[in-house]
Amino acid sequence: MKLQEYQSKHIFARYGILIPRGRVAATGIEAKNIAEELGGRVVIKSQVLVGGRGKAGGIRLAKSPREAEEVATSVLRMQIKGLPVRKVLVDEAANIEKELYLGITYDRSAHKPVMMASSAGGVDIEEIAHQSPEKIARTYIDPLLGLRDYQARDIAVTIDLPRPFWRSFIETAHGLWRVYSESDATLAEINPLVITTDSRLMALDGKIVLDDNALFRQPDLAEMRDQDSEASAEREALKFGLSYIKLEGKIGCMVNGAGLAMATMDIIHLYGGEPANFLDIGGGAGADKVAAAFRIILSDPNVNSVLINIFGGITRCDEVARGILAAMDDVKTEIPMVVRLVGTNAEEGLRLLSEANMITEETLAEAAQKAVAVAQGASS
Amino acid sequence: MSILVNKHTRVLVQGITGHEGLFHTQQMLAYNTNVVGGVTPGKGGEWVLDGKVPVFDSMKLAVEATGANTSVIFVPARFATDAMFEAADVGIPLVVCITEGIPVQDMLLVTNYLKLKNVRLIGPNCPGLLTPGESKVGIIPGNIALHGNIGVVSRSGTLTYEVLYAMKEVGLGASTCIGIGGDPVIGTNFIDVLEMFEADPRTDKVVMIGEIGGTDEERAAEFIASSMTKPVVSFIAGQTAPQGKRMGHAGAIIERGSGSAAEKVRALQSAGVRVASHPEEIPDLLV
Repeated sequence: MKLQEYQSKHIFARYGILIPRGRVAATGIEAKNIAEELGGRVVIKSQVLVGGRGKAGGIRLAKSPREAEEVATSVLRMQIKGLPVRKVLVDEAANIEKELYLGITYDRSAHKPVMMASSAGGVDIEEIAHQSPEKIARTYIDPLLGLRDYQARDIAVTIDLPRPFWRSFIETAHGLWRVYSESDATLAEINPLVITTDSRLMALDGKIVLDDNALFRQPDLAEMRDQDSEASAEREALKFGLSYIKLEGKIGCMVNGAGLAMATMDIIHLYGGEPANFLDIGGGAGADKVAAAFRIILSDPNVNSVLINIFGGITRCDEVARGILAAMDDVKTEIPMVVRLVGTNAEEGLRLLSEANMITEETLAEAAQKAVAVAQGASS
Repeated sequence: MSILVNKHTRVLVQGITGHEGLFHTQQMLAYNTNVVGGVTPGKGGEWVLDGKVPVFDSMKLAVEATGANTSVIFVPARFATDAMFEAADVGIPLVVCITEGIPVQDMLLVTNYLKLKNVRLIGPNCPGLLTPGESKVGIIPGNIALHGNIGVVSRSGTLTYEVLYAMKEVGLGASTCIGIGGDPVIGTNFIDVLEMFEADPRTDKVVMIGEIGGTDEERAAEFIASSMTKPVVSFIAGQTAPQGKRMGHAGAIIERGSGSAAEKVRALQSAGVRVASHPEEIPDLLV
C-alpha cells in the first residue's frame, strides 16, 4: 500500500525530519487561504499515487495567494495517468541549493534493509541506478542492530556531503530508519532531500510504501488507503479471499494457486491468445467461492471465453467439479468455459462436467489451445 | 536417500489444534510421517486425532518429551514469527513454515536470527517437503508423487504438484520435493537446495520451478554453471505478468526494473539449463 506525499511527509515530521510548512487543500479557496498563511510563494502539488506528476503538469509554482487559487483550481480538475486529483498539497516554496536522494528499502537476497543515498537527487533513483550506479552509496542495515551512526556518516562521506551537514544528515537518516521500521514500510524515500540556501536539510518530497501483510498492526496507517489507486474488481476479489488482477486480453482464467495461475496465463499466450486476468482461487474450491470468481471474471466486458484450470490434490477433482456446476447454476452465462482438471479423481470430475455439456480437456496444453480457439471464434 | 527429511524425521506441529494444523497432521500421519506431537499454548495435556498425538503448551516441553528434530508451523501469520523464534530457541535444526502473510520486516529479523542459531528454515508461505514413500512435512499431497531420483525445488505450490503429477504419469519420481515459498524473504533459497541435491547420491537430475520477482533464479543459474554436475531443467512462471503487480505471491512482482521471467530464462539457458515452455513439458526434458 502506497501513501500519498502529504501523508509520507507528515510521518517524516513525526520522526524529526524537517519538511516544508504546508497543508492539503481540496478546493482553490482552501489553497488560497493556505498560501496566505504561508506568506505568498507556494508550490501546488497534486496528490495522486503515480510517478511523473511534475511532467504531467501536476506540480506548479504560484507566486501569490490569488495565483495559488487559480493553479490549485486547475490542478484539481486534472486526471493524471487516469487518476483524478482530489487533493493538492500547498507547500511553502523552498530555496534550493542542492538536491540529494535518501531512501531505505530491503534486499531480498541479502535479507537486510539497505539504505541508499545519492548526490544526484530529484530525479528517478532507478534512472540514476541504471545510468550512473557509482553515484549511489549503499549500506546494509543489520535488522537485529538497526542503523548505526557510523553507517550514516559513511554514506555522507561517500556522497561528498559537506561536513557542516553531517550532523543533520545523520539525524535525518535515523529518522528515516525509524519511519521505515516502525511503519512496517517496504520503502521509505526522501527525494529530493534538499540543502536550502539557508543551510538546512529538508525533505521536499517523500514516498512510503507499506507492507500489506503488516497492516493488521498498523491500524492508523491502514486507514490512509487511497481507494482510487486500486481497481474495484481487485478489491471485491479480496473480500472473497481471491487474488485477482485484471489484464488486457479476452480469455478469463480461474486457477488454484498463484504459480499455476501465472503458468496458465503464460500458456494461453504461448498458443496465441491473451489472458484477461490473473485469478488465484486459493485452496478448496467450494461453490460460493467459484461463483464469486466467475462473477469477478465476467465483470470484465472483454472476456469472451474462460479457462478453468484446477489441480486437485487434497481437494478432490470431483468435489471441485460439483462446485463448478453449482456455481454455474448461480451465475448464468453464455460465455463458453473450457475446464481442465488434473490430480486426484480427475476422471470423475471431468465426467461430471462433460455430462453438463461443458468443454473439458485433459491436458493444460489442449485446454489452452481450446480456450484460444473458442475466444477467436467468438470475436470473429 | 533424500535431503532434509526422511523416515527418521521426528516432527512437531506448531498450531496443531487449529483447522489447518489438525487436518494436515492427519494427512501427514496417513503418509506415515513420524509426527511425535504438537504445540498449542493453553491446550497442553490434550491428545488429538483419536488420542494418537500429544499436545504441549510450549516447544520446550514438546521437545523435552519427544526428542523432535523438525517443526512444521501452521499458526496464523500474526503468531508465526514468534513460533519460528520459539522453535529456533529450543534447538530445532529444521523449521518448516507453511503460514502465508507474515510481515517482511519480521522475516528479516527471523532469517538473520535463525542464521546465527544455525537453524534451517524452509518457507514461509510454502507447501513444505515431501520425500516420497518416507516422510511428508507440510501440505504437498502425498498421492501425486512417486519415489525416484529427481530432486524438485519450487517457489510455488500447485504448480509444483502439477509437475510432480506430470512426472508420475510417465513413471518419473522425486527423491525429495521442496517448496521454498512464494514470499520475498525466505529462509532457504534455490542455491541452498541445489547444493544439497548436488551432494545427494540418490538425486540424479533436478527440476527447478521459479517465477517472477527477485533475482534468486539468476543467482541459481550462476551456481549451476559453476558448481553443478547434475542436469537441471526448469520452468519460470509469469512470462505474461505485468510490471509492478503482485501476482498472488507476495514475492512475485517485477519491480525496480528487475525480476522479469525473460531475464531469468535467459540466465538459466546460458547456464545450460533446459527451460520448458510450459509445465507439462518438463517430463519430456527429463528423459
